[in-house]
Amino acid sequence: MSDHIVKSYDRDLEALGRRIAEMGGVAEKMLAEAMDALSTFDVDLAHRVVSSDPRLDALQREIEENAILTIARRQPLAVDLRECIAAIRISGDIERVGDLAKNIAKRTLKIVSEARVPRAIVGLKSMHEIAAMQLKDALDAYALRDTERARAVWQNDSDLDALEDSVFRDLLTFMMEDPRNISFCTHLLFCSKNLERIGDHTTNISETVVYLVTGESMPTERPKSRIPDFGVKDEAAQ
Amino acid sequence: MNAAVQAPKEPPTKVSVSGLDFYYGADRSLKNISMPLHTNKVTAFIGPSGCGKSTLLRVLNRMYDLYPGQRAEGEVLLDGENILDPAIDLNALRARVGMIFQKPTPFPMSIYENIAFGIRLYEKLPRADLDARVEAALRGAALWDEVKDKLHASGLGLSGGQQQRLCIARSVAVQPEVILFDEPCSALDPISTAKVEELIDELTNRYTIAIVTHNMQQAVRVSDYTAFMYLGELIEFGETDDVFNKPKEKRTLDYITGRFG
Repeated sequence: MSDHIVKSYDRDLEALGRRIAEMGGVAEKMLAEAMDALSTFDVDLAHRVVSSDPRLDALQREIEENAILTIARRQPLAVDLRECIAAIRISGDIERVGDLAKNIAKRTLKIVSEARVPRAIVGLKSMHEIAAMQLKDALDAYALRDTERARAVWQNDSDLDALEDSVFRDLLTFMMEDPRNISFCTHLLFCSKNLERIGDHTTNISETVVYLVTGESMPTERPKSRIPDFGVKDEAAQ
Repeated sequence: MNAAVQAPKEPPTKVSVSGLDFYYGADRSLKNISMPLHTNKVTAFIGPSGCGKSTLLRVLNRMYDLYPGQRAEGEVLLDGENILDPAIDLNALRARVGMIFQKPTPFPMSIYENIAFGIRLYEKLPRADLDARVEAALRGAALWDEVKDKLHASGLGLSGGQQQRLCIARSVAVQPEVILFDEPCSALDPISTAKVEELIDELTNRYTIAIVTHNMQQAVRVSDYTAFMYLGELIEFGETDDVFNKPKEKRTLDYITGRFG
């Protein structure tokens, strides 16, 4: 897309894209480290995740300001305007991913002292694998303006939702087995919710990519899971 | 989402251009143009200089007839009547199809006379009725409040923006059906431009409007339909929202996003 008559316009738009990529990198790292910290009860690592978050917030603010300045300066139209709007939207989603990763790290700090049933974390690790892959694909789709990849991310989010349901049932079982697990498992429950939310932000990013490239919005309804629904659904999270 | 229900309803057509060619001497400067102007809608014409958009506008009220060696071929139907027909009454046509130019063109006479002059060409009205028509025209052009106390001062003493609105009032006074704007704001400051745009917005309730503009944002703001022209051809015509958000033609996209090289 770098072929405007005014070259500095190209540079403005490219700078937005680069900042998004940078944010994506920070958020991916935060998520990976938060999950590492959780599965190994690593307090130092958890602290590091928490301290990475301000960097993400600052980047988001910078992207927003630059996008608004570009709109004011260039009065972009069509794909150029969507480029600016997409940068604002995607940076918001990535910032939320960072917040959710930070929240996992904070919960890790709370449960290290009472680490009880390590096998309870196995389900969360599977959720993380999917969420991290989805996030990577969504960010790649943005970088490459690849609508096919974006649509695939959008399709696959239901897997994460289904997995969250099964993690929920597992954690419930552990809590019923031994009431002393309740505090520990409740924190994990929130962690699984966070991972599911990260999936939602990832879908948002892929929707934005499709909008950016085509100018068309995705349907409001996402496909239902291929994995059977266990009847526990938080409608508000949709 | 039933496609049949979703199909957009085409608004009625006031002017229908089909197979229009235009020649300056031997130069063919419009090539087989076909498009409608929808009734009581604003249609914007955009495109680089020399693409033929002003030429097309000048065909719509036969302005080119004033110059030898210029001719149009094809069909331009105004309410079903071909205005390219040599037998058509040009004065009557130009009363039905008014035109506003890039630079304000007030006559060197009073504000009142600038408007009354045109009305007298077509109608013999008692003084009181004429006064009422002048007032209505000035109100219609959102100029009344600014000039009501100096109606007999020269029209040339007004600011550029006021002069342009005076020209719009003069055009509106003869009760046209179509108004053509040829870059009406390119010589105006932003406040005057905003007033003219506001006026176009009000006028669209009663008139069918065509506007040539080099200001892309202005086209987006004021028009319902947009035609993109390039080298005498109509490249794309459609609803303004579509043309500026997701144009079908790459040349349109390149032009509106500043990529034309």
